[in-house]
Amino acid sequence: MNAMATGATRLTGRISNTLARHALIAILFVVVAAFVLWEFDSFDPFLVYQLSSVAYFAVAAAGLTVLTGLNGQLSLGHGALMAVGAYTTALVLKQQADLSPALVLIAASVVTAIASIVVGAAAARLRGPYLAGVTLGLAVALPGVAVRFSNVFGGDAGLNVPALIPPDALSSITPEVWLAWIGLVPAAATFVLLANLVRTRYGRDFRAIREDEVASALYGIKVARTQVLAFVLSGACAGLAGSMMAYTSNLAAPGSFPLTLSLEVLAAIVIGGLGTLPGAVWGALVIVFAPDWIGTLNDAMHLPNAVRDQLPLALFGLVFIVAMLAFPHGIQGGLARFWRWRSVRRRAAAA
Amino acid sequence: MSYFLDLTLTGIAAGMIYAALALALVLIWRATRVVNFAQGALAMTTTYIALGVIQLTGSYWLGFVAALAAGLLLGALAERGLVRWVETGPPLNAVILTLGLLLVLEAVVPMIGGAQIRSFPAPFSISASQIGGVYFALSPFNVFTIGAVLLVMLALLVLFRFTGVGLSMRAAAFAPDVARLLGVRVGRLLSLGWGLASMAGALAGLLVAPTLLLYPNNMDAILVYGFTAAVLGGLDSPIGALVGGLLIGLALSYIGGYLGGDLEAIGALGILIALLMIRPQGLFVHGAERRV
Repeated sequence: MNAMATGATRLTGRISNTLARHALIAILFVVVAAFVLWEFDSFDPFLVYQLSSVAYFAVAAAGLTVLTGLNGQLSLGHGALMAVGAYTTALVLKQQADLSPALVLIAASVVTAIASIVVGAAAARLRGPYLAGVTLGLAVALPGVAVRFSNVFGGDAGLNVPALIPPDALSSITPEVWLAWIGLVPAAATFVLLANLVRTRYGRDFRAIREDEVASALYGIKVARTQVLAFVLSGACAGLAGSMMAYTSNLAAPGSFPLTLSLEVLAAIVIGGLGTLPGAVWGALVIVFAPDWIGTLNDAMHLPNAVRDQLPLALFGLVFIVAMLAFPHGIQGGLARFWRWRSVRRRAAAA
Repeated sequence: MSYFLDLTLTGIAAGMIYAALALALVLIWRATRVVNFAQGALAMTTTYIALGVIQLTGSYWLGFVAALAAGLLLGALAERGLVRWVETGPPLNAVILTLGLLLVLEAVVPMIGGAQIRSFPAPFSISASQIGGVYFALSPFNVFTIGAVLLVMLALLVLFRFTGVGLSMRAAAFAPDVARLLGVRVGRLLSLGWGLASMAGALAGLLVAPTLLLYPNNMDAILVYGFTAAVLGGLDSPIGALVGGLLIGLALSYIGGYLGGDLEAIGALGILIALLMIRPQGLFVHGAERRV
């Protein structure tokens, strides 16, 4: 995808307006992806389902990239914020089942953004580990709320989300493919908006605060307000991702949002490389497909069940450790270094 | 009224456990300016080790000692083998490292010990005591809990205040560069500090397991309570950890008793958020310092 994006960047390099350039890349991407999905209707439905999962994971990871990679704050509660989005989706659809997905997705991100204000405002006045601790508390506490108020949230069993059915005009495509389309469009839109945002004043403020809070404050940046803004923006992405997840799994239940989900979103951005948006896509791909790869490995090695079930988590944990000790820049960092190296060589060859 | 008294007594016992974990977090924060998010997972691991030893030897006390020793060793290893290498990087990297350790422990322990929920023995009865025909919510095990945590805290206090090693450890944490120039082996003492902290955490794990059972993420919520207690106490103060733990234990006991046990975690979160908004420096630290 990145090679494609690079090609597209070359094509669109002459457009000086950043938003227009990014939007064009995203539209190209969506058209190509939709075309591929349309043509290959015989795709394995499970693979299409996994692509939908990649879409929502990438959105959640992109949100966390803005917060952690750009702003230097850590959230261990993005899984819980996804739960807010998912439950909003389920509750809205319970009231009005035929509401347009676009409206539901927007409602889920707005509600989650409001919830994020409370959490972000509490932690942003302090530096250090406070936001991580508060968001950890959120991830641990939220399932209990769903269980306690089971008349609203459906308890352990959760709430059903009606499956998306393709409109009559597109009745030839399967529901899985339609679901993947519904996932692609908000994912592309999120990446366009975030890619644009990181190049504006706000993006520069985020990075300035990450590098040096005191210097940023002296420069006139409102540190606390900007940190809350980063968290709310990131939370809105998580809510959108949670809503997409609810559509994908047709369910909003406490068991789908354990602490490990939050840590998987964090793993996605650590694998992809802290602070780069394309890295969020790489990370999401790895998180969604890693259990498959481990399954293949297991077929070859006949691991005991207890080992096989836990292997993905153990590997993500190892990735955290190895990445922090050896490769703090992740896949995208490695690729960026490779491209720099190649372009330097090409320039040297030309000269 | 007697229900309130019961909740108060059990709250104090639970609060001592949170205080032990809070103390572990505070000791590590003081030594290396890292919040060790793997503290709960380390305590879970040492409790599994204790269970293995108990099943092998049939003696609770051998398991108890094995868990504390394993805590000392694992904590020191985590500092020496992992955290030491990211000390100079951004603080975010150290936190992500401890989260990696949490994930690895919570995945590897069930690979070896199984993921099912296990019961864990207690050396004393965990049901309410009966004194002269009157039931008393404080079980003999609760009394043991309070005594054990107080004893460990007292031992640590004596170590830090009245021994040469303790003085060197405080020097290593307070001014590592100066201490190093004066011949203090800073690295070793930081490892020891992590080890002692994880020993306090291991004690918390042993005391949680008989009532809340043992499973790979049984300490996740306790870690949040311990963190809240530590923040309440100012994150830098061992006495604050004790008082913070007791306050959180009482508050959660009342929330659980009057509103429902499922709300304990959200109650802790509410306290944490309110605290950060009203008195972010905690109750026991005066004058917020900010390192530039």
